[in-house]
Amino acid sequence: MILVPEDIAAIGLSLKVALAATALALPFGFALAWLIVFKKFRGKMVLEVLVNLPLTLPPVVIGFFLLLLLGKNGWIGKLLDASGIPIIFTWKAAVIASATVGLPLLVRSIRLGMESIDQQLIEASRSLGAAWYDTLATIILPLSMRGIMAGSSLMFARSLGEFGATIIVAGNIPGLTQTIPLAIYDYASSPSSVTMALSLCLVSVLISVVVLAAHELLSKKLDRRSAL
Amino acid sequence: MNLRIDVEKKQGNFLLQVNAEVSGERIGIFGQSGSGKSTLVHLISGLLQPKKGEIFLDDECLFSTAKGVNLSPERRRIAIVFQQAMLFPHLSVKANLLYGYRRCRIENRRIRPEALIDLLQLQPLLLRGVENLSGGEKQRVALGRAVLANPRLLLMDEPLSALDDTLRFQIIPYLRSVSEEFGIPYLFISHSILEMQLMVDRIVVLREGRTAETTTPDQLARNSMAHSPKGYLNLLHLANPLQDNGLYAYPWGHNTLLISDGEPTKQSLFELSSREIILFKKHPEAISARNLLECRVSEMFDSDARVGVVLLVDGEKLVAEIVHSAAEELKISVGSTLFAAIKASSFRKLG
Repeated sequence: MILVPEDIAAIGLSLKVALAATALALPFGFALAWLIVFKKFRGKMVLEVLVNLPLTLPPVVIGFFLLLLLGKNGWIGKLLDASGIPIIFTWKAAVIASATVGLPLLVRSIRLGMESIDQQLIEASRSLGAAWYDTLATIILPLSMRGIMAGSSLMFARSLGEFGATIIVAGNIPGLTQTIPLAIYDYASSPSSVTMALSLCLVSVLISVVVLAAHELLSKKLDRRSAL
Repeated sequence: MNLRIDVEKKQGNFLLQVNAEVSGERIGIFGQSGSGKSTLVHLISGLLQPKKGEIFLDDECLFSTAKGVNLSPERRRIAIVFQQAMLFPHLSVKANLLYGYRRCRIENRRIRPEALIDLLQLQPLLLRGVENLSGGEKQRVALGRAVLANPRLLLMDEPLSALDDTLRFQIIPYLRSVSEEFGIPYLFISHSILEMQLMVDRIVVLREGRTAETTTPDQLARNSMAHSPKGYLNLLHLANPLQDNGLYAYPWGHNTLLISDGEPTKQSLFELSSREIILFKKHPEAISARNLLECRVSEMFDSDARVGVVLLVDGEKLVAEIVHSAAEELKISVGSTLFAAIKASSFRKLG
């Protein structure tokens, strides 16, 4: 296995982007899942479709939309430009791309967790004097922990593999915005670098295995705790 | 406690229209399933909003469309005991018990956790996980959790329905004693006349989403005597029996009742169906039934095709059920003297 300094940087960046994207998406994912599961409001269908859209759209399309939104002339891009924060073609753009693409997976898992909570537990909590945000923090959050965990690992793994949206909004700059999939893409396009590509692929597999194993272990631990 | 409620709520095809005012510490809401009991519980506790109307608890407005008032559930201070215990699975028994207590304003904390834990005998359960409790234990913890929230009113939403008979009659004394001991009025919701007889003084009867009547448990039991599978149930609290040839001889007023299914020393509750009492005009010469009581007819009532005969036996009351033709043949009228025969095996021990 051969890894050059650029590869190490790509691995580090991949992990950083995936972690940041998961952390960024978590509060939104939780809030969206809560809205969809527990709240009745007009336009809920529209929200559900919007949340799930990135799941069915080609990532490249999402990347293109993000580019329009975050680019120099985009709504958000203008604001960011004015406050002197560059986003496009930085690792932050990769984070936003991964977060957008992975969000539906996160919301789905958290929803499943929340839907399995008995409505009467929530009613009991409210009638015992807990305000809605109190119930959210002390009943809904801990009881949907399995869903949150499953969603986070899924989202983390998906972010590690993000390619299409990332290459459009963050580019493929070695050492700056080049994540593992982008580096593999570079290697794969030159016939002399098959071994290099293979090395990074192995690293990818390794990380995925670790993520999945960590998820299994954590959910086992949660099971044990709830069985006590 | 005074509860005034005048609400309307539509759920799908079901329309709930309740208009009632009840006062007392132990109120029942009776109705068959689908009569709207559960919806009413949700409306009173604030978990659902009526379409229109108002709800007052002791002169405090909980909900009113006219005044634009809608107190949130946590501010109503009405705790619910559900059919299933609904303990929080991620918390210990102790944390469950204190969930409401910790959220109760300090000036409203009248009930000390220690006193309640003693009364409900929860001490041995405190450190256990909630999944390791039996059904009866869970319901006791749920009751304790609701009481420790120091509510103004306890809503008991069929709290006994999920328990088997033995457990049910073990829990009833707890339900009654916490309310008496700590002075918390309750609304007891059920479809069981027997539970109503044991738990409440006044009853609001719901039928198909409407308030049908406000009555007493005894009146409700009398009205439904003819179609209840066991007729009118006489409930007898008896204690300290003597053993007598394989039977238990329980003192009952100045009389003695011989019962097969007794229990030494302990106080027990027995039910006796109105259909198990046979009436004689004169003292029979010899009879296999072990209990023969001389009694006076104090009252008679009709329940569809049956006649209920209220018998006084040395100040104690029993209700017997006969058909009209039997009443005519025996020429029973208020004040007449009769003999009631009851088999020792007719008494069913409840708890």
